[in-house]
Amino acid sequence: MWEYTETVRDHFLHPRNAGVLEDANVIGEAGSLACGDALKLMLKVNSDGVIEDARFQTFGCASAIASSSALTELIKGKTMEEAARLTNKEIVEYLGGLPKEKMHCSVMGEEALEDAVRHWKGLPSRSREEEGRLVCKCFGVTDRQIIKVAKENNLSTVEEVTNFIKAGGACGSCKDEIQSILDKLRSLDKPLEEIRPVPRMTNVQRMQKVMRIISEDIAPRLALDGGNIELVDVDGTTVVVALRGACSGCNASQLTLKNLVEKTLREQVDPAITVVEA
Amino acid sequence: MAALTDVIYLDNNATSKVAPEVVEAMMPAFTALYGNASSMHTFGGQMSHDISRGREQVAQLLNAHPEEIIFTSCGTEADNSAWYSATETQPEKRHLITTKVEHSAVLAYGHYFEDKGYEVTWLGVDSQGRIDLDELERAIRPDTALVSMMYANNETGTVFPIEKVAQIVKSHGVQLHVDAVQAVGKEVIDLQKLPIDYLALSGHKLHAPKGIGVLYLRRGTRFRPYLKGGHQERGRRAGTENVPYIIGLGKACELAGANIEDERTRVAALRDRLQQGLLAAIPNCKVNGDQEHRLPNTLNISFEAVEGEALLLQLDQYHICASSGSACTSGSLEPSHVLRAMGVPFNFAHGSVRFSLSRYNTREEIERVIEVMPGIVRYLREISPFASFLKK
Repeated sequence: MWEYTETVRDHFLHPRNAGVLEDANVIGEAGSLACGDALKLMLKVNSDGVIEDARFQTFGCASAIASSSALTELIKGKTMEEAARLTNKEIVEYLGGLPKEKMHCSVMGEEALEDAVRHWKGLPSRSREEEGRLVCKCFGVTDRQIIKVAKENNLSTVEEVTNFIKAGGACGSCKDEIQSILDKLRSLDKPLEEIRPVPRMTNVQRMQKVMRIISEDIAPRLALDGGNIELVDVDGTTVVVALRGACSGCNASQLTLKNLVEKTLREQVDPAITVVEA
Repeated sequence: MAALTDVIYLDNNATSKVAPEVVEAMMPAFTALYGNASSMHTFGGQMSHDISRGREQVAQLLNAHPEEIIFTSCGTEADNSAWYSATETQPEKRHLITTKVEHSAVLAYGHYFEDKGYEVTWLGVDSQGRIDLDELERAIRPDTALVSMMYANNETGTVFPIEKVAQIVKSHGVQLHVDAVQAVGKEVIDLQKLPIDYLALSGHKLHAPKGIGVLYLRRGTRFRPYLKGGHQERGRRAGTENVPYIIGLGKACELAGANIEDERTRVAALRDRLQQGLLAAIPNCKVNGDQEHRLPNTLNISFEAVEGEALLLQLDQYHICASSGSACTSGSLEPSHVLRAMGVPFNFAHGSVRFSLSRYNTREEIERVIEVMPGIVRYLREISPFASFLKK
């Protein structure tokens, strides 16, 4: 069962502004029946551009209905310009949070509103071509939509993208493409170090990481040649190891130490590491 | 939280209430009689009698021999063990046959074997969830290690023609595994007459607790244990015997045998009343699955233009428990693989609800569901943008 907040439950069980708005003059739509959720947003916008009334019809789960209800509450009384700046984040905040797998419900609200804003400006709904290149064929999601949602919500993994916009959530064949979109976004951004500063490790943390990499990565590789390795000590950035099995007494053991063990630990733990033999 | 007595529990294919008689039978093994059945002392050793009795009770329900019963931790372990053993004992055979509508305990193992380089034939089903026996026979090859098929589908209740399947598979000398987790206690299963090699059952679907299952292994079938370790279960499943749960499962099987007529008559009539009541009161809904060959307790019904999770949470307001095959409840973003394999259209698949009854349900409970469901569907259709397309 999903962990819904009280606000989500309330807006699902007692949705505000549900049903047809008879004198609507602006309509926005998002989603489709095949995708499992769809939202029709109906607005009454006056000549000053103020949203006098907003109603919705939604096919979908509890969080889709609650997101639609929240959306209408958020935009009523606002001008269309003000409403156009609203993103899914405000919907999520209004509801006191959504389960991460359900973020796409809030994005559907944002998309329906965007569609309504276009209609109000006299533009047609965005065509597939304008939307960008189709990435997820199962849910009809384009690269433009992925970039937008990833930027707005600071998404960094394919799984997060799936939670927010469904892309990659069915057959999964577009996951690599989503990853390369995310990679490109990140490379356009600041250098990696600035985005995610490498946290300073305590001695214990460094030790645990060294132990893990030796047992999970280095030892299995040595084992292929009948060798083995034991971690003797970690003193600051000096790692003391003992080579066992076929490695002990092997002429190439110093090479192994530097080229395999030290190189791997420098790459994965800390560039300052020196490896010595006990 | 609703008081327990208020709950109308119609989700028995997910899990079932532990029978009070089962709880009572188990209690001594949790308190005074905590010994290990493998011990040399009388205090522990006496528990082996209880294990033997549990084994006999299970065997009796299936008309099997007690030594053909291997206790496991769950149905999934039993399913996995069958696949493991069939492939380990016939390493030269690299082909497996199963269906697209299996439980994930089998589906996931099938995909795992594909990754390992096996070829797996996934048999499809028709719009009512039925397999094609000719297609099955055509799929069998000299290098087929195992045919694995469920007895009855957990989502729709559709019962496969296992007798005919067994005839075909055994006439080609191929091993057959049957996942009977949903069928045991609801369908009469006679393993003296039904020539299958492995059968899986799960305790918590038949009023025993969660955490116990059985792998039936036909005498003479070569076997490799999935769990390796101690000599328990005649060396076929290592791990200290779960004595209280084995006692509980034995008792539950005894009760299932005594109640199977009730399941097939009274419970079936309640299910039929629910189906007829909902179809009569609610327009634009339809039953999923093979209504002619169906578990007596299961009704899977789709309400067009509404979404399953919304239906379930509305039902929850009335303390009515059911499940759905909708995307939002399946844990993925797609509706149930079973309904998709049957080709159920999206507008119906997203709005499916499964009601699964047990011998503990009453006529009053069923009437209550028939009373509240039309209002829930009407309300959700009022706020659905697709309802205007529905045929009046």
